This record gives sequence, C-alpha cells and structure tokens, in this order.
Amino acid sequence: MTVKTEAVGKEWPATTYEVGKEKIGEYARVVGLDNPVHFDREAAEAAGYRDVVAPPMFCVVYSAPALGPAMFDPEVGMNFAAMVHGGQEFEWGEPACSGDEITTTAKCLEIFEKDGKGFYVFETRSVNQDGAEVVKGTWTNIVRGV
Amino acid sequence: MSDLNVGDAIPELKVTPDKYLPHRYAGASGDFNPIHIDPEFAKAVGLPNTILHGLYMMGLVARSATDVAGGDPKALKRLSVQFRGMGAPETEIVVSGTVKSVEGDRAVIDTVAAQGDNQTIRNAEAEIQL
Repeated sequence: MTVKTEAVGKEWPATTYEVGKEKIGEYARVVGLDNPVHFDREAAEAAGYRDVVAPPMFCVVYSAPALGPAMFDPEVGMNFAAMVHGGQEFEWGEPACSGDEITTTAKCLEIFEKDGKGFYVFETRSVNQDGAEVVKGTWTNIVRGV
Repeated sequence: MSDLNVGDAIPELKVTPDKYLPHRYAGASGDFNPIHIDPEFAKAVGLPNTILHGLYMMGLVARSATDVAGGDPKALKRLSVQFRGMGAPETEIVVSGTVKSVEGDRAVIDTVAAQGDNQTIRNAEAEIQL
C-alpha cells in the first residue's frame, strides 16, 4: 500500500481565534512560566506589549483548530491508529496579545513515503487583525506501516 | 546576554510533571487525545500508560530557550523539534543544550529533552534574539 498524494497543495478554510487574558495565564501556569507579562496587564504594558502577551508556544492553542479538518480530511487519508507527531517547527513574528483576533489557514505541504512510513507535512499560517504574521507552523505527522 | 559562545552549555531546566499535568495541559491547549489522559485507553492502544503531550515538552524547550535569552517571550524567534521517545508523567524531564552558533544578535541553541536515557525530544533547534 502506498500513500495518497492528491491532497498535496490543498488548503482548508481559515479559523479565527480571539486571544483572552485568562487563557494565556492558564497556559503559562501549566508550562511553569512565571513572567508577569503573561498574567498582569500593567507588567505587559511596562515591557512594551499592547496587552498581556502569550508565551510563544501558546500558538498551538490558536493555530491547532485550523489543522483539525486538514488532518481528518479523507482525501489526506491518514491512519490515526498508527500516527505519531514526528516533528514540529514554529517561526514567530508579531507577538500574540490578549484581545488579538488571529486567523489561521492550513495547507498540505507534502505527503511522501520513506522506509515504510508515511510522512504528512502541513503548514499553518496565523495572522492578527492588522494582517501581521504571528506564527508559521510546520507540522509533521508520521504513520507507521502505510 | 551577549556573552554566549559557541559550545557553551545552557542552564539545565528540570521539571517533574505530576500525575494530573496532562489533564491540565489538555485543558489549557484543547488537545484531549485520550492517550494523554485515560490509562485504560492508552493501554488498549498498546502504550505502557498515559503519555505526555509532545507539545507540552516542546513548551518546556521553549521556556528553556526563552530563559537563556533573558526571559522576554518575544526573544524566541524559531523552534524546530523532532519528537522521538514517549514522555511519562511523574518522571523528571531534563532540558539541556549547547550554543550552536552566534551571529550578530541571534543565537541558535541545540536542545534535548530527556527522561533518564529516554530522549523524548531530539535535534531541537531554538533561534533566539539576544
């Protein structure tokens, strides 16, 4: 059996996420961050941010919803039972702050087979309400025994 | 933080996630995949027990790189990781790394996250602004 590659280049509808102060704090606490810029508006503003700022990896919270429909798309045809998250890259631009509306689009970059495994590579691009790119994500999923 | 030199070791970050950490991370991130929170489900799909979210461990790598840059979250410009071993709750995670390159105000750090001999994240490359 070989991987299907028809979905390479496909894009899925954008999702929009409004960043909230308490959600930033919840995420920051779980990963053990104690910098007040993630919790306190005055501290964030004093550090030059528009509002409470999200930790960089908070990007998974606002960009993952765009990726869901891509991963479950039958045209992509990933076998979830044998899938692992193999690799991940993020490149950050404008910081994400409380009150931002972030729009994310997902695209299938590559599908290929190597050493009996299927590699499914997706890209997400997230922009804020001013059109500034906040993060670009490259998500690599590996399916054993395709 | 301009005194980073190629080959320097970064300070180790040590964290022991408690039994319920994957539940809190699921809530914070929105990733409720049952392999992270339901031991019966995890065992039914052939895992030894529930496993940590890879992106939680990547969050620790990001925290470590941000600390090296002085703690400002916007100092982390890029982070690329490969997930290899599975991470377990209630086991110490050690994030360690060395400075790979320094050019102008940018440095690249090679990082590993491990539980004992089990390297859960390998070939992690963090680019930070100094």
